Amino acid sequence: MSFYETVFITRQDASAAQVEQLTEAFSGIVTANGGTVTKKEQWGLRNLSFRIKKNRKGHYTLLNIDAPAPAVVEMERNMRISEDVLRYLTVRVEALEEGPSAMLQNRNRDGDERGGRGERGGRGGDRFGDRPRRSFGDRPERGDRFGGDRPDRGDRFGGGDREPRHVAGNEGEQA
Amino acid sequence: MSEGTPTVVRASGRRPFFRRRKTCPFSGQHAPKIDHKDIRLLQRFLSERGKIVPSRITAVSAKKQRILAQAIKRARFLGLLPYVLK
Repeated sequence: MSFYETVFITRQDASAAQVEQLTEAFSGIVTANGGTVTKKEQWGLRNLSFRIKKNRKGHYTLLNIDAPAPAVVEMERNMRISEDVLRYLTVRVEALEEGPSAMLQNRNRDGDERGGRGERGGRGGDRFGDRPRRSFGDRPERGDRFGGDRPDRGDRFGGGDREPRHVAGNEGEQA
Repeated sequence: MSEGTPTVVRASGRRPFFRRRKTCPFSGQHAPKIDHKDIRLLQRFLSERGKIVPSRITAVSAKKQRILAQAIKRARFLGLLPYVLK
């Protein structure tokens, strides 16, 4: 038995009840094959970052599974068959997380900050603004450093390498 | 007095201000866990364009950068993060 985390996305026009039904069906497959589902999490209807099979949104569901590999294979096979499932990802983990996942924790934090949304947008802008500036600041500096170092090293190699060779050659002639 | 590597000294000599070497944000006691579900965290390591920011800028250690890149790619597959922006 190993631990797995599965996230699957259901198409946007499925109802919450349908998603619930699918979740039950998939966890039923896992339990039927000798595993247990320790957590079922609905993230709700989220915007996708890009279109997947013509969908702009999707219902996300997270399952924490403790099951033998064949159970997971069987569950994934059924996910592939189901036309309601846009995508799924199963990852083996060392330990299953207790309590709500990072996604739901973030949601709660969002709720707290919702009053100052405009402010947050501004902060985000600053953050992105920082990055290119930092990279531009760093790069020329590094280029200079390399420029400064290389001629030195070249000289050293030239001088250091050739002399021993001459010595070796002389020795060979003498011997 | 003049502790630190020679390159740093030279760089500070050229530049009026000296930037301290940052430490890896994923090392240490209270470091966050890298998780493909934590998009708030992962988003900080994406550029404006949606590219993964190099570790020399974010100061993430090489080991953690590999794990981070994997997590970002997983989040992208699930449509949580974009492959490209704009």
